[in-house]
Amino acid sequence: MDWTFLQETFVSLISAVPLTLLLAVNAIAFGAVLAVGIAVARFSAIAPLRWLAQAYVFVFRGTPLLVQLFIIYYGLSQFPAIRHSPLWPILREPYWCAVLALALNTAAYASEIVRGGLLSVPFGQIEAARACGMSRFMIFRRITLPLGVRQALPGYGNEMISMVKATSLASIITLMEVTGVAARIISESYRAIEVFVVAGAIYLTINFLLTRLVQLVEFRLSPHLRQPVAVLPAIIEGEAH
Amino acid sequence: MSSPASSVAPVAISVRDIHKSFGPIEVLKGISLDAREGEVVSILGSSGSGKSTLLRCINMLETPDRGAVTVAGETIEMLAAGNGKSRPRDRAQVDRIRSRLGMVFQSFNLWSHKTVLENVIEAPIHVQKRPRAECIEEAEALLAKVGIAAKRNHYPAHLSGGQQQRAAIARALAMRPAVMLFDEPTSALDPELVGEVLRVMRALAEEGRTMLVVTHEMGFARDVSSRVIFLHQGQIEEDGRPDEVFGNAKSERFRRFIKA
Amino acid sequence: MTQPGILELLSFGPDGWGNILLAGAMMTILIALSGYATGAVIGVLGAWAKVRGGPVTRLVADVYTTVLRGIPDLLVIYLLYFGGSAAISAVGHLFGAEGFIGFPGFLAGMLAVGITSGAQHTEVFRGAFRAVQPGEIEAAIACGMPRWLRFRRIVAPLTLRHALPGLGNVWQVVLKESALVSITGVAELLRQSQVAAGSTGLPFDFYLIAGGIYLAISTVSSAVLHRAEHHFSRGVRRN
Repeated sequence: MDWTFLQETFVSLISAVPLTLLLAVNAIAFGAVLAVGIAVARFSAIAPLRWLAQAYVFVFRGTPLLVQLFIIYYGLSQFPAIRHSPLWPILREPYWCAVLALALNTAAYASEIVRGGLLSVPFGQIEAARACGMSRFMIFRRITLPLGVRQALPGYGNEMISMVKATSLASIITLMEVTGVAARIISESYRAIEVFVVAGAIYLTINFLLTRLVQLVEFRLSPHLRQPVAVLPAIIEGEAH
Repeated sequence: MSSPASSVAPVAISVRDIHKSFGPIEVLKGISLDAREGEVVSILGSSGSGKSTLLRCINMLETPDRGAVTVAGETIEMLAAGNGKSRPRDRAQVDRIRSRLGMVFQSFNLWSHKTVLENVIEAPIHVQKRPRAECIEEAEALLAKVGIAAKRNHYPAHLSGGQQQRAAIARALAMRPAVMLFDEPTSALDPELVGEVLRVMRALAEEGRTMLVVTHEMGFARDVSSRVIFLHQGQIEEDGRPDEVFGNAKSERFRRFIKA
Repeated sequence: MTQPGILELLSFGPDGWGNILLAGAMMTILIALSGYATGAVIGVLGAWAKVRGGPVTRLVADVYTTVLRGIPDLLVIYLLYFGGSAAISAVGHLFGAEGFIGFPGFLAGMLAVGITSGAQHTEVFRGAFRAVQPGEIEAAIACGMPRWLRFRRIVAPLTLRHALPGLGNVWQVVLKESALVSITGVAELLRQSQVAAGSTGLPFDFYLIAGGIYLAISTVSSAVLHRAEHHFSRGVRRN
């Protein structure tokens, strides 16, 4: 075991972790917003909007992420109109291209998870909200979305892990995140196994922490599954006033 | 209606001093029982009395800790396995003896990926290695006998519970077993489907099949079987002809059991 | 210079890229199929280890699926491609060869796809085995079926039927994952599209075409899988 080499590798790879995390966080954040939009569009009363959302999910789930990344990073520069547009400073950056491709991709998968979550909300609870006189938007915001999100959370946790893993594809368009640095060290040193072990351990740690985070959120969002806390006296006190 | 032959016919199955424990709980505390050819033995008992375990020990679905099982003259050879348990010496022998015992389960357990006919011919062709054409011919006769010939090419999922259980009986009969074992064959059925299965079992009894039947059906035990055994806490508490046992039970517990 | 239309780009003539892309698509299917088959073998062993294995084999299988769930597939490809080359070179040097000997990209790709999909196969087979009703296996035991006959006639067919939907999903994942093998230089669909994009200066067109071909392969195979599932699931209850 060559400890100096492992240590050097570890130091190099750790310095690439921020970029991996940044890619993942941005992609997941943008993707989540888009995913909710697509999921809602799939319930829309306007048929073309439904079809559009369905086609989006079909195309982005049916093609490799790497192809999507190449279309955005290499493909878009083919058009002079894009090269001269105000968006070009963003679209020529591999970083933003990677974020865009990852976000568009995860949105397709996540929208299906969100849709499943929304579908699982018992109709009776929506009806109860309607009986209270809530508006449609208010029902969605206060009842359907929170209940659906809690239902969708375990599946969404897996999708987030997929995204962390998918950030490695950014290395193919020159970004030096963890896999990019690992590939560089391997091609310089030809010591694939040691580098693989260190890089693998880093990814496993990130995903382990992510899993725990999702579990924590799940716990916070499921008060009905927790031990009851003694809040009754407070309520009674409140009523006494 | 104990058959007059029962005292002279050869012994079809013999169980000697069977013990079985699950963890600290002793479920069978030394059960011995002989059934002669043509005898129909109903085994009664409340839940937890060990009656299903006894049946499952006979074909080694549960391995008895102690004791001997003999089917048609062949005794299953057991080895001591330490810790007070035992195990069969020869798996092939156990498989051979199992193929002479037709088992009917409470939950039917038909193979869901095979049609009714395929279920019936499976073991005769692949375990007993009999010619396919002969097996199909015999299977069709058996399906006609239990009254579901028209369902031969259906999958079990598309049959009612009563039809599934009758198919399972045909499957067990197809192996030309020396003894039929029934483990609460009507307990999983809706009440209106119980009759059709009991009718088939009664017909089998009348043609002289040797049967061990674990059941809750008092009517069957009283009217069809030639012998009734009452199990309580892993021991035989009553054993005799139905008219004796039902008419003049020695055990107070059995009298309470049949009243309940 | 006018831009060539999409039909000219795809033509099979001397100026078209049709035959090159077609060959690439064939290679993609070949990599995906061989990787999938490798993964299925690993999956059967993995599921067996998890269901029937002793504490050690179970631990090995658990570590395998946990690790593969948590690390990028690309990293596995790098490991096998570069690691394989290093290993072959080292062996080569023992026999007097000099310099660097490349590990065949196809083999690295096949093994990488196999190892990553093997983790998914393991979970699919394990779940499918769990879904088999214990009573159906008990009925086979009660008929006197010896272990191997029981596995072949009852356990394996029932498990496979329950596994079919999951196996279809794994195939779709494998098909898309095979695009990563392009980094080893294997002439599969994405790699050939890169070559075409580079020499024509039309990356958008060619990557879009590549995406369309992937979509077509995945749509056709999903239809085939659906029919197979329908055919083999006769009589199998799912809940």
